Amino acid sequence: MKAADFDYSCAASIPEVCRLLASANGEGRIIAGGQTLVPLLAMRLARPALLVDINRIPDLRGIEFNDGAVTIKACTTQADALASDVIGKHVPLLAKALRHVGHGQTRNRGTIGGSLANADPVAEICMAALALDGEILSQGPKAKRAIPCSEFLRGAMTTALAFDECLTAVRLPIWGHPGGVGSSFQEMSIRRSDFALVAAAVQAWFDGKGICRHIAVVVGGCGPTPMRASTAAKRLIGTRIEETDLAEATRLLQETIAPQSDSHASADYRRRVAGGLVMRAVLEARQEAMEAI
Amino acid sequence: MRPPTEPVRNFRYISKKRRTKEDRRFIAGAGHFVADISLPGMLHVALVASPHPFAQIISIDTQAALALDGVKAVLTGEELARATDPLMSGLDIPKVRRYPLAVGLARYAGEWVAAVAAESRAVAEDAAELVEVTYEPLTPVLDPELAMAADAPIVHPDHGTNVLFQRKFVWGAVESDFAAADHTLSFRARWNRSATVPIETFGVVAAWNPATRLMDIWASIQMPKFPDLLARALRLPGNAVRVHFDVDVGGSYGVKRGLKHSVLAGYLARKLGRPVRLIEDRLDNMRGGDAHGPDRIFDMGVVFDRSGVIRSLRIRAVDNVGAHAGRAPFQLGKPVGAIVGPYRIGSVEYEAISVTTNMTPQEAVRGFGQAPTNFALETAVDRVAHALNMDRIEVRRRNLIRHEEFPYTIPSGSTYDSGDNHVVLDKALEAAGYENLLRRRDAARAGGKLAGIGIVCCLEPSGGNASFEPLFNPKNETTTWMEACGIRIDLNGAIIATMGTSSSGQGHETLVATIIGEVLERDPDTIRVIHSDSLTALPSNSPVGSRMAIMLGGAAAKAADKLKQAIMAIGAHRLSVAVDAVIYRDGDVGLAQDPARRIAWDTIVEIAHRKFHQLPPGMEPGLQSMHVLDVPTGGALPTADGRVQMYPCYAFEAHIVYTEIDAITGQVALRKYVVGHDCGTMINPDIVHGMTYGGIAHGIGAALYERFSYDENGQLLSGSFMDYLIPSAHEVPDIEIVDHCTPSPLTAFGQKGSGEAGYLGAPAAVASAINDALSPRGLNVATLPISASMLGELLANTANVPLPIRNDE
Amino acid sequence: MSAHQITVTVNGRTHTAQVPARLTLVDLLRDVLLLTGTHAGCEHGVCGACSVLLNGKPVRSCLIFAVQADGMDIVTVEGLAPEQETLSILQDCFWETHALQCGFCTPGMLIAARALLAENPSPSEEQIREGIGGNLCRCTGYKPIVDAILLAAERMRGSNAGANDAPPD
Repeated sequence: MKAADFDYSCAASIPEVCRLLASANGEGRIIAGGQTLVPLLAMRLARPALLVDINRIPDLRGIEFNDGAVTIKACTTQADALASDVIGKHVPLLAKALRHVGHGQTRNRGTIGGSLANADPVAEICMAALALDGEILSQGPKAKRAIPCSEFLRGAMTTALAFDECLTAVRLPIWGHPGGVGSSFQEMSIRRSDFALVAAAVQAWFDGKGICRHIAVVVGGCGPTPMRASTAAKRLIGTRIEETDLAEATRLLQETIAPQSDSHASADYRRRVAGGLVMRAVLEARQEAMEAI
Repeated sequence: MRPPTEPVRNFRYISKKRRTKEDRRFIAGAGHFVADISLPGMLHVALVASPHPFAQIISIDTQAALALDGVKAVLTGEELARATDPLMSGLDIPKVRRYPLAVGLARYAGEWVAAVAAESRAVAEDAAELVEVTYEPLTPVLDPELAMAADAPIVHPDHGTNVLFQRKFVWGAVESDFAAADHTLSFRARWNRSATVPIETFGVVAAWNPATRLMDIWASIQMPKFPDLLARALRLPGNAVRVHFDVDVGGSYGVKRGLKHSVLAGYLARKLGRPVRLIEDRLDNMRGGDAHGPDRIFDMGVVFDRSGVIRSLRIRAVDNVGAHAGRAPFQLGKPVGAIVGPYRIGSVEYEAISVTTNMTPQEAVRGFGQAPTNFALETAVDRVAHALNMDRIEVRRRNLIRHEEFPYTIPSGSTYDSGDNHVVLDKALEAAGYENLLRRRDAARAGGKLAGIGIVCCLEPSGGNASFEPLFNPKNETTTWMEACGIRIDLNGAIIATMGTSSSGQGHETLVATIIGEVLERDPDTIRVIHSDSLTALPSNSPVGSRMAIMLGGAAAKAADKLKQAIMAIGAHRLSVAVDAVIYRDGDVGLAQDPARRIAWDTIVEIAHRKFHQLPPGMEPGLQSMHVLDVPTGGALPTADGRVQMYPCYAFEAHIVYTEIDAITGQVALRKYVVGHDCGTMINPDIVHGMTYGGIAHGIGAALYERFSYDENGQLLSGSFMDYLIPSAHEVPDIEIVDHCTPSPLTAFGQKGSGEAGYLGAPAAVASAINDALSPRGLNVATLPISASMLGELLANTANVPLPIRNDE
Repeated sequence: MSAHQITVTVNGRTHTAQVPARLTLVDLLRDVLLLTGTHAGCEHGVCGACSVLLNGKPVRSCLIFAVQADGMDIVTVEGLAPEQETLSILQDCFWETHALQCGFCTPGMLIAARALLAENPSPSEEQIREGIGGNLCRCTGYKPIVDAILLAAERMRGSNAGANDAPPD
């Protein structure tokens, strides 16, 4: 199981990444942590002519907290993100999601940006970013841009990035609301460190009276990209999230998703489990929020 | 025979906590695995696999591949078949021919159609992509029952049918037992395709020396008669193939039988005049390595009386062996030797049917067909209890063979050597805190959870008597097997023992050293045990069938005893007394009356090697011995109705497992696992325990996670470690083993086999626990593996499931 | 196509090599540097047999190309013992509890365990299972490995060997 031959360049700067990618005419591919890409290369399911290594670009590492948002540079490893106090404190949903990403060894190499750019339909980091209304920051040969996560994730393993564009960071706004904010990440994977079959990410804000003022619900594994369950979320906002509210919201969620069957699970199973995981996640997020009030 | 109640002997080294001899090299990263072997000028092989499950091979164009820099050869099936003989088959099916590369027809997706030899594996893979094969796809047959239908596509057209073997055995008064019984139940149990899937794939390095006309083979092999079979296929005399058994094998548990790989590499090495290495990558291994396991449908009929006593069984087992058959069909044969499990069941009908389909071929898997059979049997026992509303443990107690009934002959002709089944079950229940476990389960259920306890009793037949061969193929008169050990004491008094096979983690060096140390009263740590090559080796049948403690251990004991006799003779002669006047202690020989008058080990060694004038007259100089042991109780052909002594020794296991199941996701969490285990005398407890833990982990995999699944077009869906799910440290719970020792009366130290321990009961035990958890919902599953999604769907489809989801669809 | 000159430090020794871009780190270690203690089990990042320490952190050496490791520090199983013919406490504990059978996954397990103990000198059983959760073993059912790591943690705390159980380099 050896990769097909390719050229390799280790870029020193982001503009160089764009130049190299442009020179490869769409046959170039960025390698960050490589935890998903290298198996694809080894199995010859991906065969780029050029690999552009972005691991040694200083501008692509680090976690910053300013302007009401946490910005995580693309090559920050998942392990570093998981260990980050800033992330733990300000975007705990991401920290909770990260615990489900692979295992220690793959998190030591795997990066935040790599996972986002890979856009797996059930990727925990994509789900958390989507739930948190994250923005993807990127840089192309001509310009930088900020793409809302919801527009960035286009389909299974497909993003809004152009072939010569480099994802540079993700910006996650902090919910700094009065009252209490709680979050939860739930997933069903066959073995502990497997890809999830289905997952749910929830972050909720409750006011001092215990009314849900805002809630983000995202499910993964139920479509080509992680999906926001907006109808379900709307149903919960303005309520205390009693049992009937939750049941109703879950029903709405299950109506709006159209998961696929595969050798691991049927569409029906995924739909049911998505509902169950969302319920668990909402209840856990509510409890956390209540404790914070 | 010694009575089975003989107390455990007081050993010096046997059964004591001792560090193994082998571990030291592995923890230093100094193992000697086949992929570590690099020879000058060595070429690397990559394979071209059929993308179709069934297809005519129209043409193979090798030009583009051969043109690639670094490519030395592209080998097709036609060329290889002209130069080699077909690989052996266990059954009498001469028209089911098997070659390392497909000839004419590709019979499964992944079958090797061509092979490339090149300067590196990467270049060989580049070239393999350039080999252009033109196929004409045919309609495949995948389901074994459909394959038996008259209009099914025929996988081996010359053979005329997809049925490779079919025989119905009737042992005892099945008909009248069924007619007379109080109760009958019948059900279907499905054991889906999984295997042992070692972390090391199979690999082989072959080198041909034209000057000596000798083929050297280093292989990751665990296979009876491998050197002979390989030489025959290569059309070489047996003494022209030298298999190096000092290669460490990175796990096998049955499947490392790369005969086809070795024929291919051997042929290429000779053709090209350079060493050739074929190391499967994981994709080669899973699809085309021919190492899948049993894939079996059981139709079970059970009759029993009101008190829960099981009177008779009807078992029909259809096994899908895949596209070719080596020894795999015999996996329906070994269970004949324990067809009633540990129970007193008076009569049995057993129909065994082996079917070929367009799937990857099956190979021997840990237990050689016994684990699926045990799963079907234990499912039957649970169902008897359920039907009578009786306690599952009580039903087992009523049917288990009692200690005083051993030796016990079962209807199919095997005599069980010894056992203490009730006590082992009780010990396991006690260790599991069964009463507390029941309370824990019931409390969990009261809290709305799905919780269950699994109970399983089963046997591990051991000793590897090969009598399933004549049972399934009358032309094959293999009645039993042997194993050998040679021992030498050198001029300096050091002991060197030789075994004639490779090891794949079983600790044979420790086994041999411990036993020789015990007999000769020398520290096992000072004894060197080597794996000779096949030309210098004494006869061996390799470590299969849980046989090495019995067979290699037994041979080592006998060989050591011969040396001890020689040493005593020399000592007695030196002391000028008769042999019966001396005693042997710690290697020295002393007068029985006056042990202070003794001849030391070193002195005796020196006499044997140098001072021939002090040897007893006529005695052979030097100190060396060998013993070739045949299987205790082996050596008979089956009777006309198919009764035969299968294996000599029978270890017993009682598994207790507690599970809780997530009602939404169907995920199964194993919260407690206890196994009572009686394999007679343990030579090295750490090794026995280790294999038992590992067997249970493997069984948990077979029960919950592992499956070679195919789509409806015959494509393997679980061809990598991303889809074939081996349990990790998260999925395997802490396991507690409770030892018990009922010595075998048939073996040197009372030992029985243990290499398949755990695996033989764990799949059934996990299923039993799940079914106990499902029983309040009126649900039951008799299909393995039981995936979370399968459970999730089952639970969702029952009306009273208190899921916190309204199912409006 | 492209070949690259790299320098890596493996078990304290510096090596320079010319490598094709597609050569993985595990193949560099095994086939070029002839350090065959690190094993390739699946070559797609699942089994963990190829685990090594890369700049002190455990990673899959089949999931990184050798060229990417240029300038980095690597520790393999051959580098775990303090000196030749000795064993580290961790290795010795693997022997003591018979935490292996065929030995194929063992190098990766030792690397994972070493990394875990460096970070957490007193891991719980659960933390140990988390630490080795990315390494598959087919022989042992994991229990003897968990026992070995628990024992090593205890002995290392007692021996002042330091959390790293490290060779003096």
